[in-house]
Amino acid sequence: MIDSTSLLAVMPELVLTVGGLVLLMIAAFGGDGTARLVNSLSVVTLIGAGFALLCSLAHGPDAFDGLYRADAFSVYAKALIYGAAASAILLAARFFSTDGMLRPEYPILIVFAAVGMGMMVSAGDMLTLYVGLEMNSLASYVLASFMRQDGRSSEAGLKYFVLGSLASGILLYGISLLYGFTGSTTFDGIAVALGGGVSKGALFGLVFVLAGLAFKISAVPFHMWTPDVYEGAPTPVTTFFASAPKVAAIALTVRVAIEALGPAGLDWQQIVIFVALASIIFGAVAAIGQSNIKRLMAYSSINNVGFALIGLACGTPAGVAATMSYMTIYVIMTIGAFACILQMRDADGKPVETIASLAGLSQSRKGLAAAFAIFMFSMAGIPPLFGFWAKFLVFDAAVAAGLTALAAVGIAASVIGAFYYLKIIKTIYFDEPTAAYEAKGGAVENIILTACATVIVLGYLLNPMLDQASAAAAASLF
Amino acid sequence: MIGLQHYLVVSAILFVMGVLGIFINRKNIIIILMAIELILLSVNINLVAFSVFLGDMVGQVFSMFVLTVAAGEAAIGLAILVIYFRGRGTIAVDDVNRMKG
Repeated sequence: MIDSTSLLAVMPELVLTVGGLVLLMIAAFGGDGTARLVNSLSVVTLIGAGFALLCSLAHGPDAFDGLYRADAFSVYAKALIYGAAASAILLAARFFSTDGMLRPEYPILIVFAAVGMGMMVSAGDMLTLYVGLEMNSLASYVLASFMRQDGRSSEAGLKYFVLGSLASGILLYGISLLYGFTGSTTFDGIAVALGGGVSKGALFGLVFVLAGLAFKISAVPFHMWTPDVYEGAPTPVTTFFASAPKVAAIALTVRVAIEALGPAGLDWQQIVIFVALASIIFGAVAAIGQSNIKRLMAYSSINNVGFALIGLACGTPAGVAATMSYMTIYVIMTIGAFACILQMRDADGKPVETIASLAGLSQSRKGLAAAFAIFMFSMAGIPPLFGFWAKFLVFDAAVAAGLTALAAVGIAASVIGAFYYLKIIKTIYFDEPTAAYEAKGGAVENIILTACATVIVLGYLLNPMLDQASAAAAASLF
Repeated sequence: MIGLQHYLVVSAILFVMGVLGIFINRKNIIIILMAIELILLSVNINLVAFSVFLGDMVGQVFSMFVLTVAAGEAAIGLAILVIYFRGRGTIAVDDVNRMKG
């Protein structure tokens, strides 16, 4: 039944959809000249959707007969997603304007992707899950190939499309098996059926669903698209891919694992533990030999997803809260790091991507070099910074859940991971300068950079708030 | 008598053919698009067969959604393929290697 309560619960999606369609009209009738206007209006739309979350929370938790959930978990994830999406739009203007590719389609596609991501994290049924996932994916395929003239960008789009569609197919096949062997597509119905015993067919379905989701969060062994897509896509798009869809996919995985597959916890726990460990170790080791910074960030994101999955592997409220806190901190660190990468330009203002070109940055741009160092130290998990807290939370949850061995291997791998972050800092501060650097940065990029750096340095003041929000979000799942 | 398991076996065969079509195919990206469609159609057979077997309409509704999304996906895939072809002049799978990996 469609009633007003359900419509009020989906208010964030309504705001984004209507806003996106209006912006599309402005872009269609105004042409490419409206790019800057559409850029700012889409950020306003995302902020508006952020406020609509309050309305959504007040009319939750179930809408449309349980097809859609507006609980604390989804609101937490959506706040993060909208923030990351807005940052990706703000960071893009300068990058695209130097290439003459400043077009209104970019922010609009991100708004539509945000609608899809909102549906993903609010899914209460496999159908909502699938439609939300596809809405996000279809917009992402186009975003990856956004720089049409650039051969690498269209190749990235093609690879993302093929492997993303394969992932959707695997996920769907799993959903069809789960439907057949449990007789339901709602998360609650599947959980009830699995509570009465897990049949072989349902187990197959569970494995396929987790494999499809592992593709979307780019966890090992389904990570192979990530480095190519991150390297080939335009840098602002990579910023977006590394932040918002990652949160949505992790939140979706957590919700499916806990709400739908909860009674089969022992079956998926070993899969999640394997995937987490493989991601952490592979992400850390494979990043060492990289020379392109975007490729390195791709392996870093694979590594980080592994850490976030440790929280899920616990299967406890504390573990889920740790995963959500981890993703929050990860998103802040990633957006900050990419804001730095977007400022890497040679003397002509052309973007550069190799790590070697960072040499001597500490002499030409002291502020940027310091910010870069802060983000890299934070990613490596050096104690006074925010990134340490994220890792501490997941390891704490893992030890509390009795997964001491998993935590120990994770800590060992994070030491390996620290090597390549520190290598970047060494290049910035101790290597001889190779090329001249552009002298000044963009205003918006500087603001975002400063904000992220401040949060990461003074993050400890935010920890109690973050913990409380994550705990409330996790509690709404159990 | 054709029972549920026959449908499931056909669907499983189509699914495996689709996945192999993506990984073994070394010739043409259009064939990959066809393999993706094959995967989605195998899922549809599954959903409809289960739906009839369970006497539950949800599976058939789901398969309509899958068909619709598959159409959108094919459109976007072909569009990306066109801009790729414009830049590169070829759509052979072995040539998709500007980036390693």
